[in-house]
Amino acid sequence: MTSIALLFERNVKSVKVISLAGATIQFILCFFLLYAFRQEKILGNADDMLFQQNYHWFSSLNINFHVGVDGISIAMILLTAFVVLAGVLISWNIQKMTKEFYFLLILLSLGAYGFFISLDLFLLFFFLEVAVIPKYLLIGIWGSGKKEYSANKLALMLMGGSALVLVGILGVYFAGGRSFDLLQLSQIHIPVETQKIIFPFLFIGFGVFTALFPFHTWVPDGHSSAPTAGSMFLAGISMKLGGYGCLRVATYLLPDAAKEYSLIIITLAAIAILYGAFATMMQKDLKYINAYSSVSHCGFVLLGIGMLTKTAITGAVMQMVSHGLMTALFFAVIGMIYERTHTRLVNEMSGLMRTMPFIMTVLFIVGLCSLGLPGFSGFVAEMTVFMGAWQNVEIAYRIATIAACMSIVVTAVYILRAVGKTAMGPASPLTSVPGDRSIISDAKWNEKLAAALLVAGIVAIGIAPFWLNDLIKPGSEVIIQKLSQLVK
Amino acid sequence: MKNELLIAIIIFVLLFIKLGKGLKNDSLLTLVQVLLFVNVVAGFIFHSEGSLFSGMFYTNGIIAFQKSILSIGVFLISLLCADWLKKSANLPEFFMLMLSALLGMFFMISSGNLLMFYLSLELATIPVAALANFDLEKRISSEAAMKMILSSAFSSGILLFGISLIYGATGTINFSELPQALNSAPLQILAFVFLVSAFGFKLSVVPFHLWTADVYEGSPIAVTSFLSVVSKGSMTFIFITALYKVFQPLSDVWYNMIMILSLATMIIGNLFALRQQNIKRFLAFSSIAQVGFILLGMSNNNALGNTSVTYFVLIYVFSNLAAFGVASVISSHTGKENIDDYKGLYQTNPFLSWTLALALFSLAGIPPTAGFFGKLFLITAGASKGNYWFITMAALNLVVSLYYYLRVVRAIFMDKNQLPIEKIRGSRAVNFGLAICVAGILIVGVVSSMYNYIHGLFQQ
Repeated sequence: MTSIALLFERNVKSVKVISLAGATIQFILCFFLLYAFRQEKILGNADDMLFQQNYHWFSSLNINFHVGVDGISIAMILLTAFVVLAGVLISWNIQKMTKEFYFLLILLSLGAYGFFISLDLFLLFFFLEVAVIPKYLLIGIWGSGKKEYSANKLALMLMGGSALVLVGILGVYFAGGRSFDLLQLSQIHIPVETQKIIFPFLFIGFGVFTALFPFHTWVPDGHSSAPTAGSMFLAGISMKLGGYGCLRVATYLLPDAAKEYSLIIITLAAIAILYGAFATMMQKDLKYINAYSSVSHCGFVLLGIGMLTKTAITGAVMQMVSHGLMTALFFAVIGMIYERTHTRLVNEMSGLMRTMPFIMTVLFIVGLCSLGLPGFSGFVAEMTVFMGAWQNVEIAYRIATIAACMSIVVTAVYILRAVGKTAMGPASPLTSVPGDRSIISDAKWNEKLAAALLVAGIVAIGIAPFWLNDLIKPGSEVIIQKLSQLVK
Repeated sequence: MKNELLIAIIIFVLLFIKLGKGLKNDSLLTLVQVLLFVNVVAGFIFHSEGSLFSGMFYTNGIIAFQKSILSIGVFLISLLCADWLKKSANLPEFFMLMLSALLGMFFMISSGNLLMFYLSLELATIPVAALANFDLEKRISSEAAMKMILSSAFSSGILLFGISLIYGATGTINFSELPQALNSAPLQILAFVFLVSAFGFKLSVVPFHLWTADVYEGSPIAVTSFLSVVSKGSMTFIFITALYKVFQPLSDVWYNMIMILSLATMIIGNLFALRQQNIKRFLAFSSIAQVGFILLGMSNNNALGNTSVTYFVLIYVFSNLAAFGVASVISSHTGKENIDDYKGLYQTNPFLSWTLALALFSLAGIPPTAGFFGKLFLITAGASKGNYWFITMAALNLVVSLYYYLRVVRAIFMDKNQLPIEKIRGSRAVNFGLAICVAGILIVGVVSSMYNYIHGLFQQ
């Protein structure tokens, strides 16, 4: 319980050290939480949600400060802890308005943590919204490229998504007997017709956050213009807010509608996967490559959710964690490269392996993870999603699964091309810049630490996925139970 | 009658000071601030229920609280506009006029009779028209005053017509007797429409909003903040009483009316705010959009509507006054009122920038500021009839409003400027006022006790 309360501790920074300390403490606390959670499970505690805390907030509206975790939440909290710590480390050398930068970053992480542990819909929405403005400010002030435009686009589209979520939440509130509480609402059966009206609002609203096609247009510009830690956070965590929301709110509370709409969801997800992959092939800028590939990978999450089988949902959550770590790492590497070479265009870089061996090795690792090499988490997650998806016998689902599988090939194309061109080959003119050769240096201590952290995460999931699997499975079981209950 | 007597006493004190030796502006301003603060504090003690003058004036716990909200607003205005007020030549007159208008608003909220309502409405409007002209050297100020007095005279005429029709149709003008006498006859509905148009005029509801932008732009900022916050707040309170208690039998009629007015107000307010360059006009249109949200909360005939609207007005007082306060400080020190001049403000004035940003976020409805809770509760109140289109439009309007608020935030934080506004040292009063507003924005939302308190008041 204390660990949950401490997760809320918002550091008021005046020095980078404080924020680093805070992020590290949060990181360690997550492991405590994980450990405590597993202890409880071993002791046979079969509750759905452990470590709950419930305080009255606005009693007349039945809004309570209700928080708790289950396996899925803990997985997401772990992800957040990893990415935030890595982000803090990467941004060690930000010169401009350092204090505000860290403040906004921690505010973002507050929003993410809160979102993952809240069990009250109002609280959930509160934390969802808390995260929007820091993103806007982070991109607009510390970003690069056409940052004001991207920041605007991001803020408005995300707010649009939250507006739809709001309508959905209010629909559920009034249809479910004036309660905002997630657990209470899951017991109540909402009439199917009402469900079918509310579900699109919730799913599309959260889908905007997860780059549901065709609402994904904020992703490329938003991610590319953001500062490194901002992109890491955006792609690593923010996009998972949507996926978690789709799962926890839309599918959990409105299972009948989820069944009805599952074909549409799967079609859109498959389109996102393929479109994202093909669009990435055309990109020349490393950050845009990663952004579009995020669209593609997050499509897997939605595919898994749409398939509505236990393995598929477990796979979707695993994909959220895996992709979060992987893309954070990718953006971190890109940031490191950009700082040294001041370009992100693949054409202009080549042969960097000679001068930046550490960074290039990490680039290779992340590239291989992205295309699903066994031994890394990407393979595990995508494999689980495919296996779960294949359990659906209908022809339409099978077609979608096959289409998604084909995207792996496309992913391989663009990854190998980008990584290969950048790292290998003759040294480009950039590395033989006349004058001070030492500008092009290898990673510094903070960057090495951040990269190592994320690589450790990826490899841990890749080599020994069972601990993550066992963590998530009970959570998805609960959701599937609800689905099957209402089929009868 | 306690609040009203206090205000009347303050007015007379000012009158005697003016007639007598007169005080220098600095000390007079401090005296007024202290008196207003005493007024705010006194508003929270000794509640009593009851009516006077055979039902023309009544008060209860919630009305006393609403008056306190307005008193807080006036007190904050006296703090925030201190820099401008010190330089003004006619300081006692300013406060005498403003407090007379406040007195009228107090009577208006407590009115129990349509005639009392009309009387107090006039008392609330006419001094403000004189106040609008307070920048005596500027032509735009006189223009604002002329527009204000002519439009309000016209709207009062319509109001009187409506009142007389009601009397003719039902035989009574007492609030306590009207509900029984109403039976949705066409003449009553016509009279009701006239009454709503008068309310709509003061509240700047579309299509009665055309006076708002010009009057807000022309008046000095202190008067603009008074108009946008206190005047609107008082009209909201009396409007709710009128709809929920007095015209309760006509509730099917006015649900559709309020819904359409609310949508129109939100959309038009947002659309016009997108294009504004002058900060005062910008805030004028943004307050029109806010009124649209208030109407949304009012539209459903339930207790949630009552509570959420009162709560929202309190939050609106803090947020809007913070925004106007910063604008007033900048305007009185540098005379600049254009949003383009605000670019790069963060480099020189971080405190002012953060305050303005926080105020704008609260107006936009971003957590964890109080504006989020206010807007959310209003939308929840408006959603109870299950009208999904209405709610979706309202939620989308939230997004549009965010766009223009972000425009100002962008100018402050992100745009570069060769000649940003130089570092301004506001006086202590101004900083104190801004600090109160910021505290209000941050605390009133997350700490739920204020909302629960208001809810409790309504249950009595």
